[in-house]
Amino acid sequence: MTATVGRQAQAAARANDVWKVYGSGEAQVVALRGVSAEFEQGRFTAIMGPSGSGKSTLMHCLAGLDSVTRGTVSIGDTTVTGLGDAGLTKLRRDKVGFIFQQFNLLPTLSAKENILLPLSIAGRKPDPAWYDIVIDTVGLRDRLDHRPAQLSGGQQQRVACARALVSRPEVIFADEPTGNLDSRAGAEVLNFLRNSVREHGQTIVMVTHDPTAAAYADRVVFLADGQIVSELIEPTADTVLDTMKKLDASAEVNG
Amino acid sequence: MFRATLKSLLGRKLRLTLSGLAVVLGVMFVSGAFVLTDTLGRTFDAIFADAYEGVDVNVAAKPKIAMSEMEGEQAPPPFPASTVEKVRAVPGVAEATGVVAIDGARLIGSNGKAVASFGPPQLGENWTGETDLIQLREGRGAKAADEIVINKGLADAGKVKLGDRVGVLTPLEPKQQFTIVGIFGYSGGRDSIGGSNEIMFTTPVAQRLMLGEPDTFNSVSVKAADGVSPESLRDSVASAVGGGYDVKTGKQLSEEAAAGFKEALSFFNRILLGFAAVALLVGTFLILNTFSIIVAQRTRELALMRAIGASRRQMIGSVVLEAIAVGLIASVLGLGAGIGIGALLAWAFGNLAGGLTLAGLGIPASAVISAFAVGLVITVVAALLPALRASRIPPIAAMQDVATPDRPLTRITVTGGVVSAVGAVLLFLGLSGNAGGNTLVTILGGVLFAFIGVALLTPLISRPVVSLLGAIFAWSVPGKLGRLNSGRNPRRTAITAAALMVGIALVTGVTVILDSAKSSISGLAQDTIKAELVIAGVQSGPRPPTFDPAVLEKAAAIPGVQLVDGEYGDLAVVGGERTWVAASSDDAALRQIFGVQPTAGDIDRLGPNQMLVSTDTAEDRGLSVGSTVPVQLARGEPSTYTVTGIYGSSQLTNGVILPAEAARDFAIPQPIQGFIQLAPGIRVADVQPQVEALLADSPEVSVADRDAFIEQQAGQVDGLLTMIQILLALAIVIAVLGIVNTLALSVLERTRELGLLRAIGLRRAQTMRMITVEAVVISVFGALLGVVVGAGLGAAVVEALKDEGITDLVLPWTQIGVALGLAAIVGVVAAILPAARAARINVLGAIAHD
Repeated sequence: MTATVGRQAQAAARANDVWKVYGSGEAQVVALRGVSAEFEQGRFTAIMGPSGSGKSTLMHCLAGLDSVTRGTVSIGDTTVTGLGDAGLTKLRRDKVGFIFQQFNLLPTLSAKENILLPLSIAGRKPDPAWYDIVIDTVGLRDRLDHRPAQLSGGQQQRVACARALVSRPEVIFADEPTGNLDSRAGAEVLNFLRNSVREHGQTIVMVTHDPTAAAYADRVVFLADGQIVSELIEPTADTVLDTMKKLDASAEVNG
Repeated sequence: MFRATLKSLLGRKLRLTLSGLAVVLGVMFVSGAFVLTDTLGRTFDAIFADAYEGVDVNVAAKPKIAMSEMEGEQAPPPFPASTVEKVRAVPGVAEATGVVAIDGARLIGSNGKAVASFGPPQLGENWTGETDLIQLREGRGAKAADEIVINKGLADAGKVKLGDRVGVLTPLEPKQQFTIVGIFGYSGGRDSIGGSNEIMFTTPVAQRLMLGEPDTFNSVSVKAADGVSPESLRDSVASAVGGGYDVKTGKQLSEEAAAGFKEALSFFNRILLGFAAVALLVGTFLILNTFSIIVAQRTRELALMRAIGASRRQMIGSVVLEAIAVGLIASVLGLGAGIGIGALLAWAFGNLAGGLTLAGLGIPASAVISAFAVGLVITVVAALLPALRASRIPPIAAMQDVATPDRPLTRITVTGGVVSAVGAVLLFLGLSGNAGGNTLVTILGGVLFAFIGVALLTPLISRPVVSLLGAIFAWSVPGKLGRLNSGRNPRRTAITAAALMVGIALVTGVTVILDSAKSSISGLAQDTIKAELVIAGVQSGPRPPTFDPAVLEKAAAIPGVQLVDGEYGDLAVVGGERTWVAASSDDAALRQIFGVQPTAGDIDRLGPNQMLVSTDTAEDRGLSVGSTVPVQLARGEPSTYTVTGIYGSSQLTNGVILPAEAARDFAIPQPIQGFIQLAPGIRVADVQPQVEALLADSPEVSVADRDAFIEQQAGQVDGLLTMIQILLALAIVIAVLGIVNTLALSVLERTRELGLLRAIGLRRAQTMRMITVEAVVISVFGALLGVVVGAGLGAAVVEALKDEGITDLVLPWTQIGVALGLAAIVGVVAAILPAARAARINVLGAIAHD
């Protein structure tokens, strides 16, 4: 099934019949089986699915971190499939932002330096107004000179979010951003992500297995066995949970 | 536990290879030194055994001046031919042959140059016919006064053949012409024995040219009759000739000769071991660092072990076990490499010495034992600290995120301060001569402590210095990241840099000392030697080059020449002490050419049996004008000299000066150097060619103007310096391995971080630049430390040697600049592999990396 909801918005990221196969022969694992999906601009999309459903693989392929076996992936008007390392680096530099489960901040740099790192690597100056907005939104103004080791997990993840936002990428990919946080810190980060979509038109694609986290999104895409099996618009934690249960049940029946 | 250790060992082959390599190199030096000295030792045993083959008993007069192998060839004094008759009459003697054999007969080859020796003697002998050992290859024995027989090796070296008319220089006479009537070889088809050259004259000519007295010999070679043992014959010969003679069996002689040679070899051995020690010191730093990093990286794994019940002792055991395994493997490899190097050096030595027939390659037990002892001990000692640290990891660390908080540097800094202070005190004691006989040990200990102390202080120093150095690179983002990374773990950076420091400090220190010495001596020579032209040659073996004394008179007759002085030198026994003495052909030279000033008595004239002493010598021996001193020269009877003048000490003159007449009894009664002073207004270029023409028959020397001469003499230091630098380069190579190692481990440790940087847009080239900056900062920091410490040590030694005449402190700025520049290049080179590895990191894999 192809997820096509929200045609009125232009796609920020698109997967077209994407296959991902690991290994060969007996050890062959098919992670994605012909996934086609569009992720609209200015929307917050969650990708959900049980472990092994291929949700992380899909995100890695979309972000150009992993290559696809068949099919094409594009970000904005750039076709990711077939790009070399230099092209991929440029893509990551200019069009994509990342938020990881493990925060992944550089311990040697202060919070501010971490936030500005993608821009400095690209040799660009931050837009001061936007930078101020980002800093205020994440609420870290008084922590800017601290090293990551001096920040709490939630604060570190907010730094990571700010780092992804500050270069205004076409799309931000978040991989279980609340996986390492307690529920309160997690809620803060999710609120913050949702606001950046609602107020600033940022596009975010988030992989999660937590129904509560998924409920912050505008849309949830469900994956199972490497295929898109369902989706929800304007989800709530309960509807997400129900869908998951159904998926688990059908998986059990099938399995 | 054992299994787990071995598994983790095999899992980290690369980093252990790198750290093991340092041990391999150190062990290689140690075992190579032993293999080399053993092989050469046995080679010389065989050579001397051959040389005295067929000699049952040898009779020689007791030498007047005992010489060691390092000082030159022993020349037994001549005795009358009647002694040979006396020996022949002893019952049990089958054959007694009077032998003349003295070092210093030099053949002038077909290229007009004297055939040089780099150590083995060049014997002038009398032809006594073929023996078991000596067999004519071509021609016949020497019969007429102008005939000689030479060995095949010499004929090849000089490119001369049977029937050639050749010149020969001898210690007592200038060049003379001879015809080669025979060429001989030795039993077993050899062309020379141990690279020595032999020229055999008729007996009267040999006596005149080599001994200076007709009808004398300097040894009697005795063959025992059948059934008479050499030992009993020795005793009966000894009682027949009486005291004043050394009577020894051939076996004794060959053993003594070999022992003397081995003493010289052991000196060589000690030098090699010294360099091995440096290599191992640097290697220790490297191993310490590797194990520390491995322990830090395995914190989680080790904590897990603790959590599931491993004891602290087991933790230490597991790290030490790993060290033992590395040490063992490195020792085996090092031993193998050492045997190879030893064999290679022995071969090179054999070739240099003129085609030595090497004894079979031997692997002495000392090489094997020292290889394993050194390899194991060094590795285990270096791993001990990391092992202790591993044992202190709390089990809870397994459950937490791996956090390596910055440990405070207070303790390490205090320890470093104390160790440095101990080093400074030892250095001070050693250099000021208050060490009570153990000066060298104290100084070396001081240097070692200073190095370790500075290494311990390095983490503290590294912060400001590294950030300062890094500021140079901070203009780019990768540069800034690299700088921050190098300041990230001060201990790791410090040890890595300290390893480089040791090599560079030693090179710098030695250069400071030698350059200062060179500059001081040439400065002094510039200031004091008042001679426009100097006749001298470059010494290659134990014997200095000489020239015909007649040149001196002829040079004095050249118009425009004001003063000509020939300088003679020898070892003599003066007042019971072995002392280097000098004699000048012109008494006025001392004051007019060397600018020496009298402090007592008259130094301008020196009659027979009168001597001059320097103020230092006078003070040491309690001499004053009018004192009488017994003097024994290399030749002649002991006689008594009277001190008639005392002169101010100078670096350029010996402490004792004898009259020109005394030089006739020197072992080398020919001038070694000549100084020519020109009248005012005479151009050097006008006189120099005329002097050059006079030297046509003295091919070992040449005439140079004063500056060229000083340059040439001071330049002898350069060869030594180059050799030391080459050997110390090894320590620097090991340090470079250390940088590669540290970087490789850091890259591994920061895989996730590198992945992130790549994920947010760092290009491959930028990643490589980041790692390179880190490497360059570390290596330049190490070089900077080395230069500072080395210059400090060198300056301290120069200061201590002020009284010895080293008055100028010369800091080799060019060399320091080169060292820093090289360090930057070294950093770039060391970064190649780790940087390539970092750039190749799979972004996805790195982020998922746990």
